[in-house]
Amino acid sequence: MTEPLIRMENIRKSYGRVQALVDANFHVNEKEIVGLLGDNGAGKSTLIKVLSGAVPLTSGDIFIRGKKVALRSTSDAIAHGIETIYQDSALVTQLSIARNLFLGREPIKPPRFLNRMDQEAMNSVARELLRQVGITKNIPPTTPIGSLSGGERQAVAIARAMHFDSDLIILDEPTNNLGVAETQGVLSFVRSARDSGHSCIFIAHNIHHVFQVVDRIVVMRRGKVVADDIDPKKTTVAEVERVITGMSDKEIRDAISDRPQPHG
Amino acid sequence: MENRSFIQRLIARPEFGPLVLLLLELVVFWGINPDFLSPQNISNILAFTVELGLIALAMTLLMTSGEFDLSVGSLFGFSPVLMWTLFNSGVTSLEVGLLIALMVAALIGLVNGWFVTQLKIPSFLVTLGMLLVVRGTALFVTDGFPQRTWSAEGSWLANILVGDFYVGPFRIYASLFWFIGAAIVLGYVLTQSRTGNWIQAAGGNPLAARARGVNVNRVKVGLFVLSALMASLAGVISSLRTSAANPNSGTGYELEVIAMVVIGGTALTGGRGTIIGTVLGILILRVMRNGIVLIGVPGLAYNIFIGAIILGMMALHSWLERRHQAGT
Repeated sequence: MTEPLIRMENIRKSYGRVQALVDANFHVNEKEIVGLLGDNGAGKSTLIKVLSGAVPLTSGDIFIRGKKVALRSTSDAIAHGIETIYQDSALVTQLSIARNLFLGREPIKPPRFLNRMDQEAMNSVARELLRQVGITKNIPPTTPIGSLSGGERQAVAIARAMHFDSDLIILDEPTNNLGVAETQGVLSFVRSARDSGHSCIFIAHNIHHVFQVVDRIVVMRRGKVVADDIDPKKTTVAEVERVITGMSDKEIRDAISDRPQPHG
Repeated sequence: MENRSFIQRLIARPEFGPLVLLLLELVVFWGINPDFLSPQNISNILAFTVELGLIALAMTLLMTSGEFDLSVGSLFGFSPVLMWTLFNSGVTSLEVGLLIALMVAALIGLVNGWFVTQLKIPSFLVTLGMLLVVRGTALFVTDGFPQRTWSAEGSWLANILVGDFYVGPFRIYASLFWFIGAAIVLGYVLTQSRTGNWIQAAGGNPLAARARGVNVNRVKVGLFVLSALMASLAGVISSLRTSAANPNSGTGYELEVIAMVVIGGTALTGGRGTIIGTVLGILILRVMRNGIVLIGVPGLAYNIFIGAIILGMMALHSWLERRHQAGT
């Protein structure tokens, strides 16, 4: 059996007396899109923060292609090929597309002591990357991120992860606040990332979006992974909802009917 | 169509508003009093403009990174006082005195930066505290009296910093070349260099910048040091030109400098800055100060005009920003 790209074993994370992760086990294979689902407080955000180096784990091990690694910071995670794309914090809205793509790794024109960015090279790579992720509109790479739509911003962040050969792209709620067409755009960017050899973790509240794009669904509940091999082609949204809540269909219906009904 | 989009792009630039305002000022003042554009008056405007301008150039980079420095006015007064105190008491030569004054200024910038980045205290509070410490030290050391400075005349240091010569009818000070040089170098750093990209990212979205491996703290500390050094150099230049080192000089300069920078189009909230805009902002305020006196408006009314300009320019920048965000 081949070693998965990422393997997290017995991950524990506590915030004071609160146990956010309790012996969570999780893996992502090469060229695979994994949907990570769970109710609020299930622990999926904490798991992702541990994997992206944003918070330190309390105990447990992380392996990349079988090799144990320590992820102490987000830069550490990036250096290990793990890129996390958050809804709002990934890009600098005042900077252009090209400058965002290369932020922190700007190519320098000789002579190097002048520290001058090679803006032509940056623009030309940016143009090609925008085409690769499927942005067909003619958007110049010098356009500031602030004037792009939410979906286009996600595309730029995904394009950046692809260009710098991140093995794993983590998308945290990438379709939040997006319209129907933009959501479809983002889902197709994710597919193109997988097709070009990258693995993805896709977190979304909207289960239908997850079903459309992932190869495998992992469900978390109360800090643990309770199911890690759900095939979206062989299951239904209702079945996955049952796993997420840990309730039967009847219990879910009862919980809904117990809610106070709006008047009028 | 091509033409129209060029004009639209020109209008959308943050420097466009300040440029129009400066041209308007020049036309109005010249129209009312033709002496406004006399060689002597232009020479006068330029002499003092560059001293405040040096501070404003460094402040542009610092504000682009999302911070600002209220201690620059006090350093403008303190550094020449320190240099001349060391020289007059026979402790050091003038050159070594300048070097020590610059090193102390750099240290003050370092302390400002450390408080802001390591203790996470807003730069407004840190540099306000530093303003009082530095100004208080200058007053305490001198008992509030100006230091004598006339012995600098003819020294090579005075010559390279404030030596003057005539180009036709215009009296030009060497400090003008220091200002032009600083504007070119800092403009290059902000727009062309990798450091400039980091400065803008540090101000625009520090979380994103950190996530990409940019050392935001180091960028900010470096800019606090630069700001302190430029304020110190400007103070020394001013003291050599006017043959006076007054512990009170530079009072209120911090706000005038910040006004110059924001009028020029640099965002107070960070992330976007322009050196060309700042140069225009410097000229707008200095021309205004000079022009209203020349046309007979009482000098005490100066702040009314400055306040009105700041409000007007902020409204313009905000309107342009909204249009820009809307993609029109």
